Amino acid sequence: MNLLLSNIRLLFVFDPLALFFIIVILLVSFPALIYSIGYSKGKSTPLTLAFIASMLLLVSSANALYFLIFWELMSLLSYLLVLTDSENEQAVSAATLYIVMTHVGTAFLLAAFCFIYRASGSFDLSAMAAACQAMPQLQRDLLFICFLLGFGTKAGIVPLHIWLPYAHPQAPSHISSIMSGVMIKIAIYGFIRFVFCILGINSLWWGVLLLTLATITCLVGIIYALMENNLKKMLAYSSVENIGIILVAISLAMIFVDQKLFPLASLAMIAGLYHVVNHAVFKGLLFLCAGSVQKGAKTLNIEELGGLIKKMPWTALFFLIGAMGISALPPFNGFISEWLILQAFFRGAISVSGKMTLLLAVGAGALALTSGLAAACFVKVFGISFLALPRSEKAAEAKEVDWTMLISTGFLSVLVIALGLAAPFVIKMLAIIPASLFGTTPPIASLFNLYPPPNAVAMLSLLSIAMLLGIFLVMRKKSHPGATWDCGYYKIDSRNEYTATAFSKPFRITFGFFLLPFRRTELVKASSYHVSSFSHETRTTKIFKKYLYDAGLAVMMRFARSFRRMQAGSIHIYIAYIFVTLIFLILFLRII
Amino acid sequence: MLDIILIIARFILLVALAPFIGGLIGKIKNDLRMRKGQPVLQPYYNLRKLFSKEAIIPVNSSWIFTCAPFIILASALACILLLPNASQIRSPDGAASLLIIIFVLALGRFFQALAGLDAGSSFGGMGSSREMFISSFVEPVACLSIFSLILSGANFSVSTILTGLALLTVILTETSRLPVDNQETHLELTMIHEAMVLDYSGPHLAIIELASYIRQIFWITLLALIILPTYPLIAIGSAVIAICVLIAFIEIGIAKFRLFRVPNLLMFGFLLALLSIAAALVRI
Repeated sequence: MNLLLSNIRLLFVFDPLALFFIIVILLVSFPALIYSIGYSKGKSTPLTLAFIASMLLLVSSANALYFLIFWELMSLLSYLLVLTDSENEQAVSAATLYIVMTHVGTAFLLAAFCFIYRASGSFDLSAMAAACQAMPQLQRDLLFICFLLGFGTKAGIVPLHIWLPYAHPQAPSHISSIMSGVMIKIAIYGFIRFVFCILGINSLWWGVLLLTLATITCLVGIIYALMENNLKKMLAYSSVENIGIILVAISLAMIFVDQKLFPLASLAMIAGLYHVVNHAVFKGLLFLCAGSVQKGAKTLNIEELGGLIKKMPWTALFFLIGAMGISALPPFNGFISEWLILQAFFRGAISVSGKMTLLLAVGAGALALTSGLAAACFVKVFGISFLALPRSEKAAEAKEVDWTMLISTGFLSVLVIALGLAAPFVIKMLAIIPASLFGTTPPIASLFNLYPPPNAVAMLSLLSIAMLLGIFLVMRKKSHPGATWDCGYYKIDSRNEYTATAFSKPFRITFGFFLLPFRRTELVKASSYHVSSFSHETRTTKIFKKYLYDAGLAVMMRFARSFRRMQAGSIHIYIAYIFVTLIFLILFLRII
Repeated sequence: MLDIILIIARFILLVALAPFIGGLIGKIKNDLRMRKGQPVLQPYYNLRKLFSKEAIIPVNSSWIFTCAPFIILASALACILLLPNASQIRSPDGAASLLIIIFVLALGRFFQALAGLDAGSSFGGMGSSREMFISSFVEPVACLSIFSLILSGANFSVSTILTGLALLTVILTETSRLPVDNQETHLELTMIHEAMVLDYSGPHLAIIELASYIRQIFWITLLALIILPTYPLIAIGSAVIAICVLIAFIEIGIAKFRLFRVPNLLMFGFLLALLSIAAALVRI
């Protein structure tokens, strides 16, 4: 009762951090809602609105109890939304996996909150912060681990990412775009709020641990994304990768805070938050475009797509813009945030001591590898599904989607470009957040202090663009259509095209130690010369699922089976159990 | 203002000389093999010939195919514009600028790979797949080389040599040289860059080739600037020619690697860059 009375008032906090996340939520939710008009005729709109509202209330609540209530509400509503679209078994099992994993995460949060409450006597965030400062180091370390696991499960840190690639693709596309674009960022918000503001950072190993995990998350996410041929599943794995990139920036901020390098910490924080909004925008866009492809071409398997750029020109253009954003290509938004993160690595490496420099170097290398692999991944996805010839009847008969859907994807594409071109302004705005967290701002002017001076670059790039446009216009006259080079066979069709599986094969071989690819080839021979039919199957092994989760589940099931012997079905034995328990309790209580 | 004039002068000089470097490496290779070979200025003649021809656009392709050459050229030109000068190259600002170059190059590569897929032939797809495969391993090496560059001091040191060697593996890969790719053949089993541009013709092909020459001169100049940070223009020029000779020697002395051994080469480059950072930390 006391608990309820002291927390009865719903308090809000509107500091820069909360406001930033509110903006991010709204930026993606509005287009997604408009999109749903054309996509699902407004089905389950009330549930979606409640889902968005729960996230808005969550980021603005100033009380850990309400934070937890809205957190739970957000999880449950998204669980229901994952279940809406289809009645197939896959959706049910994906949603079950999701709700189980998310509750494992929530359990850690609950434990951490209760632990702090014992010391603070209040769920008020400022009281909790004060209580955390007074705790011994071991307890603080434990709290950090709880927050890492709790928020990490929601964000999808490897190996806790397991639910993400199943739950996100099963939801309707506008829900996937909110879940991938926004909901997993809420975990990032929680992490920043509770680790930076409440717990306070005083151990170097926290940041190093998170940097390691985040780097692994990036690489694992993008390697799986590269192998995936289902458009939405691929995007879900790519969300895992991008969460990794955001957490790399956050972990750098943690390391720099611990080393008392506050301007650098602000730089890393700005870079991380910039990537938060960037990923929200382009992942929202890409999921909506995937929904349009599903609507227009009736399939999400990219091996069956192809040539959509002619059937669905607008969706193709918007998807290309999103793909360029997520592959960190200039001048779009993903480029700016990844560039800032790399700058945080560089500028940090000069300031920290020897061992840390090498760690940062390896981290920067891993981030560069990630962005290279991401570019390969999106070349594959865009090139195979939108270019060349259609690979199936479905793709050949694809139709462009209606205007409500195009408006929302178009709006997000404009944002992708705007967030890239208006980088100095966005950085100046974002700098308010670390200023409120650490009390310092990074030297923003020096971030853009390039050689040669930016004005010259701007002038000359305008010059070259004008020149290239000139050449382009001149050259349009001097070209005529012809056939693709076909080695003289005279008949080239979609079966001659490179497939998505073939495109990713070099990666499958190089990362074979991790992907454990499996292949099976069957030949049916009519005679020793003539093969009448041929089948080929290849797939990769999900090692985290197989060796971590499945193995863990098997142990649990064995344990449960051994307990089943207790349940003999005889009422005498049950009465005996009760009797023994009673005696045990009496003895136990007397001892106390 | 002086800055801008210098940048423009450097820009014009490097772009004008870009095909010459390609011809020069070819000439050195032919001389070493006791062949007569093509004249040094042959790349210019090729470009003139291609520009005067008609372009054939495959019917299966889309606007990506027609736009790609211009984006590829623009990305190559932007690299030259963003190249820091020798005094800036070791500062964090110079490094930030070099990082932008890596991303700008990725833009050109992205469109080149898309254009390879756009014509709908298996050659193009094969080339795109291989190009993206190799380039994703190049990026960490290039990034780490820049990293070591700002850590090593302004003087010539062990660290500088190691960075230079790491960058050499990047250059061999990025300029489609042996042992990674072979510019001289059109064998479907081996080609990477040539496979992607197989369906291009006429002025489009000329633009793509010009862009490759520009990227090549960019990388070689960058390496020269790193080895000789504070020397006059004439020394940089001779360093560029020395690097061309080195590349020619590597090319005639080595066979092409299997595709799946290329990551090993780049892993070697990555380790060299890490060693260079370690060397910079202990100041040797």
